[in-house]
Amino acid sequence: MKRVEAIIKPFKLDDLKEALAEIGVSGMTVSEVKGFGRQKGHTEIYRGAEYQVDFIPKTKVTMVVAEDIVEEVCQAIIEACRTGNIGDGKIFVSDVDAVLRIRTGERDDAAI
Amino acid sequence: MKRKILTIALLGLFMLPIVALAAGDAPTVAKNAAAVKEVQTHLDYVWTLIAAALVFFMQAGFAMVEAGFTRAKNAVNIMMKNLMDFSIGSLAFWEIGFGLMFGVSKTGWLGTSGFFFSDFKPGGDPWILAFWMFQCVFAATAATIVSGAMAERTRFVSYLLYSAVISALIYPIFGSWAWGSLFHGNGWLEGLGFIDFAGSTVVHSIGGWAALAGAIVLGPRIGKYGKNGEVRAIPGHNIPLATVGVFILWLGWFGFNPGSTTAGNKDIAMIFVNTNLAAAAGSIMAMITAWIMFKKPDAGMTLNGALAGLVGITAGCANVSPTSSVIIGAIAGTLVVLSVTFIDRIHIDDPVGAVSVHGVCGAWGTLAAGLFNIDGMSAKIIMTQLTGIGTAFIWSFGCAFILFKVLDKTIGLRVSREEEMEGLDVGEHGASAYHDFQITG
Repeated sequence: MKRVEAIIKPFKLDDLKEALAEIGVSGMTVSEVKGFGRQKGHTEIYRGAEYQVDFIPKTKVTMVVAEDIVEEVCQAIIEACRTGNIGDGKIFVSDVDAVLRIRTGERDDAAI
Repeated sequence: MKRKILTIALLGLFMLPIVALAAGDAPTVAKNAAAVKEVQTHLDYVWTLIAAALVFFMQAGFAMVEAGFTRAKNAVNIMMKNLMDFSIGSLAFWEIGFGLMFGVSKTGWLGTSGFFFSDFKPGGDPWILAFWMFQCVFAATAATIVSGAMAERTRFVSYLLYSAVISALIYPIFGSWAWGSLFHGNGWLEGLGFIDFAGSTVVHSIGGWAALAGAIVLGPRIGKYGKNGEVRAIPGHNIPLATVGVFILWLGWFGFNPGSTTAGNKDIAMIFVNTNLAAAAGSIMAMITAWIMFKKPDAGMTLNGALAGLVGITAGCANVSPTSSVIIGAIAGTLVVLSVTFIDRIHIDDPVGAVSVHGVCGAWGTLAAGLFNIDGMSAKIIMTQLTGIGTAFIWSFGCAFILFKVLDKTIGLRVSREEEMEGLDVGEHGASAYHDFQITG
């Protein structure tokens, strides 16, 4: 089992959800985050004083999937979320030691 | 046959009043003078109290403007200061303020009667109650101007003490000099011919200069000015709330200015129009000025511009023309942007621009009432206006500065560094304004 964590542009969330539904991934967790990589922030002005906004709002989508579909999931995310502009985001894949369903106690593959 | 009878009967009915008139029972103003006067008196009451309710609603406007221009972690504290400004102000004005402002004044410097409503006997003439109500909401307006300039770093208990003093002493004493004769008093300043119909100086400058004193004694918020003297933005957390607040203040001003006639008559029409034109011109010129200076039409400055126009027309709203109102408002709108920038540059931190909107533009409005006087301008009038403007500054800034220094040296005026960074909502009130939301910064 692998954890797939994608940091994407917030307005791409619905596209990502639909693309993953099409390949059979129906569960995910979403959080609002801020961050930057190569994408620079922008300058805002408030009552005559300029200030730099470096941390840009992003959406983080986390899901745990079976190892055999990880590549397919990553490709689906990339296709759904790519705009071609700097700031499209990144995907991180890592190992998961155990997964349990709280309601039933099922473990690992039965719990994904 | 039936129709003929009906027609004759109806004709007869219509003839009756004509017959009565011919007999010399026609109603005239002279015959009904007492009744006419009574209706006018009732109208005066109704208009004055509706206006008082509108001005009261400005407290909601102030609360929203201040909250919108400051950070979410201090929103509860802003709400509490505004609630208490009105509550403490009402009681202080009932106890002491009204008497000082409108009591019998032998010297022209101080009222000395009418404390705790001593002039009112139950069953007596209730005009004092209507007049007090109207004046009470004005006093509360002056008091709450200061809370914006002192936002995000003032100890709540110290603020409460200040609030009582301005409503009980600072505001009413100056008010007695300019407006005392509206009731039982008389003031030396109004005796000179000082024009300030609804209070550009009496309310707004008094509040604005006290705000300046507070901001100076407090010092700037942590992080406001950088090591090299650069001005750092501390953005407000809710511009839509600030905007709704300004609209509410604009609405309330339709009670503030026209209500100062305390009479239901045709005079209120021009005052309404002057008020609106000045606000509109102020917001537009502020937007244009900020657009030129900062390359973007800044919402915060535009909002301040509307208020600046309103403050600017408050003194002269009854004695200048509508065209003059546009000019007065426009100049106020430009002035407020320049003033906000200047005050920041000399490192006085005023989170909402209260000093610029109320102090500076209050002074401008008072001068403008002399410059644009419909009945003509003269050197004497200008000198009188300047006398009032200068006296207000010395009195309000002086008294407030001393008061804030005393508070600072005794119980402390400013919160600790840690509390300021965590937010006053937690430190002063043990609460958070937006419990379900994660507040950053």
